[in-house]
Amino acid sequence: MSTSTKAINRRKFIQVSALAGGGMLLTFNLFTGCKPGVSKVLELPKEWYQLNGYLKIGDNGLITLMSPNPEIGQNVKTSMPMMVAEELDVAWKDVIVEQASLNTDLYKPMQLAGGSNSISASWEAMRNAGATAKQMLKQAAANEWKVPVAEIETLDGNLIHKASGKTAGYGQFASAASKLPVPEKVTLKNPKDFKIIGTDRKNVDGQKIVTGKPLFGIDYKEDGMLIAMLVHPPAFGLQLKETDISNLKAMPGIVDAFYVDVYPDNVKTQWCDVAAFSKLLAIVGKSVWQVMQAKKSFKPETEPIKASAKKIDMFGSQVEVITPAGFENTASHKKQMADISPSKVKQVRRDGDPEAAFKSAASIIEKHYYCPFLAHNTMEPMNFFADVRNGRALLTGPIQTPSFLEQTISARLGLPLDKIEVKMTRMGGGFGRRLYGHFGVEAAVISQKMNAPIKLIYTREDDMTNGVYRPAYMATYRAALDENKNLIAFHVKAGGIPESPLHANRFPAGAIANYLAEEWAVPTNISTGAFRAPASNFIAGAEQSFLDELAEAMGKDPIEMRLQLFESAKKNPVGKDNDYDIDRYAGVLKLVKEKSGWATPLPGVHRGVAAYFCHNSYVAHVIDVVMKNDKPVIENVTTAVDCGIVINPDAATNLSEGAVTDAVGHALYSRMTFTNGIPDQSNFDTYKMIRNTEAPKKISTHFVKSEVPPTGMGEPSGPPAIGAIANALYKATGKRFYSQPFLLENQA
Amino acid sequence: MATFDLKINGTTQRVEADPSTPVLWVLRDHLNLAGTKFGCGMAQCGACTIHLDEVAVRSCMLQVSQVGKQEITTIEGLSANGDHPVQKAWIEQDVAQCGYCQAGQIMTAAAFLKKNSNPTDEEIASAMNGNICRCGTYLRIREAVKTAARSL
Repeated sequence: MSTSTKAINRRKFIQVSALAGGGMLLTFNLFTGCKPGVSKVLELPKEWYQLNGYLKIGDNGLITLMSPNPEIGQNVKTSMPMMVAEELDVAWKDVIVEQASLNTDLYKPMQLAGGSNSISASWEAMRNAGATAKQMLKQAAANEWKVPVAEIETLDGNLIHKASGKTAGYGQFASAASKLPVPEKVTLKNPKDFKIIGTDRKNVDGQKIVTGKPLFGIDYKEDGMLIAMLVHPPAFGLQLKETDISNLKAMPGIVDAFYVDVYPDNVKTQWCDVAAFSKLLAIVGKSVWQVMQAKKSFKPETEPIKASAKKIDMFGSQVEVITPAGFENTASHKKQMADISPSKVKQVRRDGDPEAAFKSAASIIEKHYYCPFLAHNTMEPMNFFADVRNGRALLTGPIQTPSFLEQTISARLGLPLDKIEVKMTRMGGGFGRRLYGHFGVEAAVISQKMNAPIKLIYTREDDMTNGVYRPAYMATYRAALDENKNLIAFHVKAGGIPESPLHANRFPAGAIANYLAEEWAVPTNISTGAFRAPASNFIAGAEQSFLDELAEAMGKDPIEMRLQLFESAKKNPVGKDNDYDIDRYAGVLKLVKEKSGWATPLPGVHRGVAAYFCHNSYVAHVIDVVMKNDKPVIENVTTAVDCGIVINPDAATNLSEGAVTDAVGHALYSRMTFTNGIPDQSNFDTYKMIRNTEAPKKISTHFVKSEVPPTGMGEPSGPPAIGAIANALYKATGKRFYSQPFLLENQA
Repeated sequence: MATFDLKINGTTQRVEADPSTPVLWVLRDHLNLAGTKFGCGMAQCGACTIHLDEVAVRSCMLQVSQVGKQEITTIEGLSANGDHPVQKAWIEQDVAQCGYCQAGQIMTAAAFLKKNSNPTDEEIASAMNGNICRCGTYLRIREAVKTAARSL
């Protein structure tokens, strides 16, 4: 972010705050707020005063902070308000957190959970919200006490004027402060003075989670609400054919059943409207079980789709998406990828003369890597509540992209944005799946047809077989060595169904004189999309496995080999646009080397190392594997992370541990395969997820101490874990692992 | 449709439901006890775990007609004030990420610790193996079970 952009954002924010200020009295319900701790009873204030869109202060000094972004388990509902509380200078125990609804005018830059972006994108806005409110409180006290505002200090929600000995809680001046103009300029704290940022704070929803309070979209209820479920075709490449459904309507508890076309051709759609099946059968009834029974009894008739091309809006530009006809198979996918025609391969980056270097090489290493489609499998299946009546649409549910959902709802229902309200519930996992809000649009279309509030629920089978899957990818890595085993050229060619996973300007680009990066893509009619750390969730593992094999061929220690490449990139950078900070990248490798005791390996413990940069953060792991009864056991993981300033270290540690377990689990065990367009897995009996006994026994996470503004944390720890486990498995078994899922790779 | 008098969390509740209805949906749909979660519907993920006479069972495969006089405990009834040692341990270890599976994890852990109050790490992992956590909080789940065991 450049300086000028920052200035513009600040001005916008202050204008917005001014609009939201003005002593508005708000009603408040304790049950919408969240507070950690078991027995804490907070006395509610008589009146609340809103100082800006992010916070309101009660006359008794209690603070409500709004958490603008969707909560998918990345803990932003705790860590984002921590940034406001820090600058507001209040005690965390006096803070209540509320989930904000979608408000595109108020909350900038965007209420979105994706790209590990929530914290970094709101780093300025959240702190400014706290700092401007604090300044208004100081000004109100200065006016009343008739002292210069500069002489007033704050501490834990108190205003203090030392010279006169006057003190007051924020609550006493909340009303007066809320009527003051929002200051143009505020000074933010020096990171050295942080008291909340950088400290461990427990999940504000923790107590509600452990006591089973209704927090999730699937728990949401309103009076008169009906339950809706959908029937989709059994295979990709098919669409529903309308048939007589009168028997279905006569089943117990069924109110109605009808076919819907969720995305007719005339409706403008966006990148997040990925959905394989637009024509669906909706079954609406009184209870989940009754609707499930009706759904189970119905066998839809189908017909093959025709190939099509559709323009969609991709952040303002129009992109054509091609959907081929036919039934796809995992086996033929693999062949299609391996046999990709040279005419389909596109050069993305070239440094030096890679062809000549490969020609002159004393030896060449060439390896192929593969990963299958994956289903997101959030534990909470897709669902959404919609009430579309009387020219208004009220939507409540789990969505990572609420502002985009609102746009599509507007286009689909023909309603202006100001007639649409979107509320976000806590989400039972996101991982990218809930970027694609077709289930919200489906709910709205069903509610509109019923003229009644409905909650749409997917069964696990619906969720798994009507997914927006992680694409299947393949990559070929080649390296050329001279007669002294020096690396003289590097070539990566990667692609996927339906997109390439390549990041051509990431390491080792910049460190090798002769470098070639190429990519390709194959279209599919299977719906695909972002999956936690998109593309990196494959290419990091492939690249880091290849570097490990390369280090071995060069006769070097895998950490030293990487550090030497960084050294070379620093002294003699090759090419332009190298997309990483050499010192920070090398820094996490050095830290993990130290913390893992890399120099002193233990007997019987097989270690693999990997490092990766994505979402603007740097992560390195050393994974220790021990063989027990011929099975690999992950005894220990040592993790080093550089994500700039860490807001909530224990929560960030939890997130990193989870990302490692998630990534290792998928790399070892998980796959989504297809036979004649039919998903071969439809529930957890056939789709293997990592479980408790297979998870790492121990993970120690170390953060680089930093004063750099925070960068991504939800995703970056996953991708390098795939490389580290592949490299550890090689040490443990003597066999290299190229094809995911590694522990099932020899099975059909 | 049939009528069932179910003992749930210490009180008897009358429910009108099809006898084949899983207890999961009786709890969630009929009785507004939404703490018990729907995950898979085929006893594979553990999100719907409840206690039936102190034994952890999957409520998604348990028909309401099979319950009879057995006592059902859900996450809402595990403790009066949300302060069961397992719940407290879950807070102390700050286990939850998305939190969706955690009620089922807690119910499995509470039933397990009743049978084995001094478990080894391996016993804990095995006991918790039927509960999937997509966020990967397995380490903290094990730590929390150990923390709870110490306080029992």
